[in-house]
Amino acid sequence: MGKLLVKDKDIVVPGEVMAEGLDFLPGGNTRREDDKIIANGVGIVNISNKIIKLIPTNGGYIPKRDDVVVGTIVEINNKGWMVDIKLPFRAMITLKDGSSDYIQRGADLTKYYDLGDLVMAKICNVASNGLLDLTMREPKLNKLENGRLIEVSPMKVPRIIGKKASMITIVKEKTNCRISVGQNGLIWVSGDPKGINVAIKAIEKIDKESHKSGLTEEIEKFLDEQLKLM
Amino acid sequence: MILSKEFRKQIIKSLDEDYRLNKRKKADFRDINIEVGCLSKAEGSAKVTIGKTVVIAGIKFNLEKPYPDTADKGGIMVNTELLPLSDPDFESGPPSINSIELARVTDRTVRESGVLDFKKLCVEEGVKAWFVAIDIVPLNNDGNLFDAAALAAVAALYNAKFPTVTEAGTIDYKKLTKEGLPLKGFPTLVTVRKIGDHLILDPTKAEEKFTDARLSIASLDKDTLCALQKGGEKTFKLEEISKALDLALAKGEDLRKVLKGVCK
Amino acid sequence: MVFKRKDNRKQDEARPITAKVGVIDNAKGSAYFKIGDTEAYAAVYGPRDIYPRFLKNPQKGLLRCHYNMLPFSGMGDRVRPGPSRRSKEISMVTNKAFEPVVMLEKFPNSGVDVYIELTETDAGSRCAGICAASMALADAGIPMKDLVVAVAMGTIGKEVLVDLDYSEEAFEGEEVADIPFAVIPRTGEVSLLQMDGIISKKLMDEVLKKVMPAVEKIHKIQVDAIKAKYGVKK
Repeated sequence: MGKLLVKDKDIVVPGEVMAEGLDFLPGGNTRREDDKIIANGVGIVNISNKIIKLIPTNGGYIPKRDDVVVGTIVEINNKGWMVDIKLPFRAMITLKDGSSDYIQRGADLTKYYDLGDLVMAKICNVASNGLLDLTMREPKLNKLENGRLIEVSPMKVPRIIGKKASMITIVKEKTNCRISVGQNGLIWVSGDPKGINVAIKAIEKIDKESHKSGLTEEIEKFLDEQLKLM
Repeated sequence: MILSKEFRKQIIKSLDEDYRLNKRKKADFRDINIEVGCLSKAEGSAKVTIGKTVVIAGIKFNLEKPYPDTADKGGIMVNTELLPLSDPDFESGPPSINSIELARVTDRTVRESGVLDFKKLCVEEGVKAWFVAIDIVPLNNDGNLFDAAALAAVAALYNAKFPTVTEAGTIDYKKLTKEGLPLKGFPTLVTVRKIGDHLILDPTKAEEKFTDARLSIASLDKDTLCALQKGGEKTFKLEEISKALDLALAKGEDLRKVLKGVCK
Repeated sequence: MVFKRKDNRKQDEARPITAKVGVIDNAKGSAYFKIGDTEAYAAVYGPRDIYPRFLKNPQKGLLRCHYNMLPFSGMGDRVRPGPSRRSKEISMVTNKAFEPVVMLEKFPNSGVDVYIELTETDAGSRCAGICAASMALADAGIPMKDLVVAVAMGTIGKEVLVDLDYSEEAFEGEEVADIPFAVIPRTGEVSLLQMDGIISKKLMDEVLKKVMPAVEKIHKIQVDAIKAKYGVKK
């Protein structure tokens, strides 16, 4: 038994009771107290099956121009591609930014990026209404294929990349993987299956232990150990 | 804020085409708004908004003994505090040299212009005179606090009303008289900034960071200067100073119109 | 005899309130809270790096609240700028008011600074500051279990009054108590309580009974202000 007190996409504030009853499970940015699910911040309600989570409207990641983000193509229309970057902001790749090739109006856009494709894009404009313009026109921006996607808190991204990319470079080199880190917390890992597994484990470890100092050395050791085991 | 060579290159490139970050021209000010009488506990007040920069000025009167060398005069004191509330780069603590410079430049703009007749503030020579404290703080800093502070100070002075003085000689702040300060003229301050070879007015915070040198110019009318202050690490060529003065005097007139519209 | 309040205010009525978030562009989160003639701005910066470094805590973040009255904020003499013993104490109790709700463990090694500036004061300034800070912290996306609601309760003679103004605080001729509360609205837990004045235990019990209705009204205003930013109508 349970009672839902909010709807999907509602805005809630800290302390707001979103559901009562043990039917529901607390997702990100929420907590359970007794039989209530309560908001831990200002956010947008997201209900999936019985999990209630909050997408923070502020706090984690604030999209800025030139940020590189990873996202999924969720809609294609005559203006371009709508991308889900797991934030309460709408992001769009317009025709002119889809590729360094010139894309004609009316062309078959799925030939470039199809629904469900993962892309690495760059934010070229943040409009005042929250709409993000993305571009794919630079060399390192492309469709991400043959790999796995993981999600971390955007706040942990700098730690995962490390000073002068030191941390992520160690992970890449030891596992022989290509890794694309989006500022929005989505990370793409591609390579041979063993390498991918170890890389993801390492990234998750950094996420959990980001506050520790000497983490870089620890991760190096961890990678060595894990690769031996595989 | 990260200072990057690329960003600076971009700014200078757009200035080469007289096109700034928000489609402004080099001598354009952002939208200015002045609201007076916004602080209910101050005897005079003004809130100035230039683009996203917001500055408030509050005036407090006090009766004090005049200075011995100016026994027949009252005076002003200008104080500014760069509130950490308004800018992540401002730190708590005693006034920084930037805060002091801002206060002193605003002070000179008001004092040297003669806008306020200090003799008329005298109540009893050598014994008692009115001293006006002008406190100015930013609520949000998006650049050009100098010019905003000066506008706020003058607008607040025009908004101010004397408090009543009781029979016993104490001040009753709760009852304001209808009498304003003895003011004449509308001094304005325009700060010209140099980036590369370009002179610009009213920078945003980002543009301010790339300033090589600045010159604050206070004026009374389109021909008369009343204060100057150069800041910044680099130099101005003599011709640049003359050009800067022209820019500031012309823009000073525009600001004067805005002030007059608000100060009755 | 019933104490007559200014503007025909009822005993359980707070002064008119205006609340707004997102008022300071540079800040991560910010808010404005005006109650009667007391006006407070709050700005939140962080989570961000902490200086001095030795304050960094790998297990939890550091919350620092800074309360300040601006020189032109009081009816009367100019207030000398700079921290006073009073403002330091208020900063400290304000901090304590938020510690039970701000989830410090979510931002270890970092700090969150809350700057509270009073532009106008007519009693209840620390409460107005806390109400503003509460909205600003939420606006900044700082993880917190609940908002914090503060209200200046008080008593004059045998009457309990909600939100004392300056004239009431300074009232002479009867016993006055000035009792600021900060409350966690969902649970009714008290995170700030101070008292100046004289009050009997019996009257204090009455005050305790009348706090929550006052808190609930102010809470609703805070919630509406936060949601209004996202276009949610009241």
